[in-house]
Amino acid sequence: MSIFSNPFNQNITLRSQCSCGQHSSEAEHALAESKALAQHDDALNNRVVEQGVLRALFPDDNLRRGFLKAVGSSTAMSAVAALFPMAMAKEAFAAAPGKLEKTKLKVGFIPITCATPIIMAHPMGFYSNQGLDVEIIKTAGWALVRDKTLNKEYDAAHMLSPMPLAITLGAGTASQPYTMPAVENINGQAITLAMKHKDNRDPKNWKGFKFAVPFDYSMHAYLLRYYLAEFGIDPDVDVQIRVVAPPDMVANLRAGNIDGFLAPDPVNQRAVYDGVGFIHILSKEIWDGHPCCAFAASKEFVTQMPNTYSALLRAIIQATAYASKAENRKEIAAAIAPKNYLNQPVTVVEQVLTGTYADGLGNIKVVPDRIGFDPFPWESFAVWILTQMQRWGQVNGEVDYQKVAKDVFLATDAARLMKEAGLTPPTTNSKSFSVMGKTFNPAEAAAYSRSFKIGRV
Amino acid sequence: MKPSQTLVAGLLSALLLLTFLLSWHLATMPKAADQVVSDEYALLVGGAAAKGQESAFPTPAQFGDKLVEAISDPFYDNGPNDKGIGIQLGYSIWRVLVGFAAAVIVAIPLGFMIGMSPLMTKALDPFIQVLKPISPLAWMPLALFTLKDSNVSAVFVIFICSIWPMLLNTTLGVSSVRKDWLDVAKTLELNPFRKAIFVILPAAGPTIMTGIRISIGIAWLVIVAAEMLVGGTGIGYFVWNEWNNLSISNILVAVLAIGIVGMILDSLVARVQKHITYKD
Repeated sequence: MSIFSNPFNQNITLRSQCSCGQHSSEAEHALAESKALAQHDDALNNRVVEQGVLRALFPDDNLRRGFLKAVGSSTAMSAVAALFPMAMAKEAFAAAPGKLEKTKLKVGFIPITCATPIIMAHPMGFYSNQGLDVEIIKTAGWALVRDKTLNKEYDAAHMLSPMPLAITLGAGTASQPYTMPAVENINGQAITLAMKHKDNRDPKNWKGFKFAVPFDYSMHAYLLRYYLAEFGIDPDVDVQIRVVAPPDMVANLRAGNIDGFLAPDPVNQRAVYDGVGFIHILSKEIWDGHPCCAFAASKEFVTQMPNTYSALLRAIIQATAYASKAENRKEIAAAIAPKNYLNQPVTVVEQVLTGTYADGLGNIKVVPDRIGFDPFPWESFAVWILTQMQRWGQVNGEVDYQKVAKDVFLATDAARLMKEAGLTPPTTNSKSFSVMGKTFNPAEAAAYSRSFKIGRV
Repeated sequence: MKPSQTLVAGLLSALLLLTFLLSWHLATMPKAADQVVSDEYALLVGGAAAKGQESAFPTPAQFGDKLVEAISDPFYDNGPNDKGIGIQLGYSIWRVLVGFAAAVIVAIPLGFMIGMSPLMTKALDPFIQVLKPISPLAWMPLALFTLKDSNVSAVFVIFICSIWPMLLNTTLGVSSVRKDWLDVAKTLELNPFRKAIFVILPAAGPTIMTGIRISIGIAWLVIVAAEMLVGGTGIGYFVWNEWNNLSISNILVAVLAIGIVGMILDSLVARVQKHITYKD
């Protein structure tokens, strides 16, 4: 084989002898190929770059061939082109293929169980397996995670899945192209109410309540608003929704400053542990399988350090795959509970991850899918989030739902690396789902965002 | 008479401390109550929740345990998010000193210039008056946005909040040097530079030192809040991290440490101040 072989051809190998079988030796094969290609200088260069990129993506050659066989070379080519703008790679041709551009990385996280894959990848060695020396840094709030990532103090970060969309659209910040190559978790949130409301479980009676959510641009905010609005409570008029950092929530609930919150775990379970509140419903009862937090990186990082980015994403997806198996959850809980990470009692984290938990009212519930780990960034998730941003007036005017969703949620990357990690990625990038019994069709997003009785559109 | 008064004062302090600890102990004694939930459920929640109560404020004994734990190993380092209280204090002191030193370098020469010219005093007064009362934390988002570095932002916040007392006191000290001394300087035909160094500086010294002492106090007050906001390292981050875990005992340990370091900083400046003070 030669450096000029077509790497998108499944029948050749990039790392051993003559591949096509038409030549007696590899040298002869190379000669023939380069002769054919040499007529076009550009084609030649392109081949080298393409091959470098594919080599970086698939350090194991068998994997590359299996992948090409599975999806076909034209799909593969477009998938790779979506991931690595080939034009740019060709300009940056000088970089050695497959080599990590940077091995010391900083990744920011918020101490909640949504960040499980990002956190556990550190003590359990998923980063170091990829040759990366990642420092994971606990951060005080999402606005700060955003600012520190925009400032490039962090190379990548744990974000709420609406945040990359908001950053890209320039809602609440300066606009900067952002990508979200992987979802970290699905479900795993809950509505917790103060103990004094234990006999007041009907949302219709919740007028005048004060709720807390972790961030304006969060699934928590959208799910809480959605839930309240379904019961005829206008979230902007009838109740107050405040932004409170997760660590402050339990203390505020205890002090009576708020009546409840829709928050990420372990905050909900911690409120139960301290006898301050009870779990009203899990977020999966609003929308089963909703995304929550995400792994996000600036487009700049993705394009300038493709190999590092790819290695990092591979580590996260492998960690996510490990976390998705119920039998590993106890081990993970013990790994991420210490002070360096979540800083919570192990039992609290374990109850969240295993789904066998105390509800705060004296019952033990068994809900194995209380939290799930599924890295696939469905584009329809992004579209739903955009409809809610519109519904509540966070973005104005027309939104090109599909384009923004595609640009930000990098579904193709995730699919590739999921396959590699032994998961089965879906064959499409979009799916419909239902939220509180109402079906959402991503193709009719604009109509959907206008279809609600309570809303700002 | 004097030694015995010190003794009495010491005894009184000890008595006050004892009364405080005793009332703390009595106030936080766990309430006797029966477990109201099944044994299996009780394993999943904290001790207080199993009795149908909210978890309580720590007792002095629990606090003491944490204090011993913190003091016995103050310099451990378990990675970027878990360092001993000694290391965290070190980070905070370092930030305070850098920000504070920058403020001294700017405030004192500037204060001299303003103080020596009544015109400048009047012209700059409105700006100083508007900038002075701004809470240091209000600067934080602006600093993060413009400086694009959380560590530099924290230092900047220290700088911006400790500059005003020094600037105002230097201005005041310089502008209220006794007229006769300035007249003497004039008679001796000192040039402005020599006048500033040999006449005004010693005369205004005590007032300037008062400003410095106020400033270092404020800087230390602010660093905790700033670090809670930017996170990463420092005693403020330590408090935030323990707050995250609702570990009140550890927060109390940090509060005590903050108080002690603040006292040490202040007494160091006070010692310098003593040397500079003069009697007319």
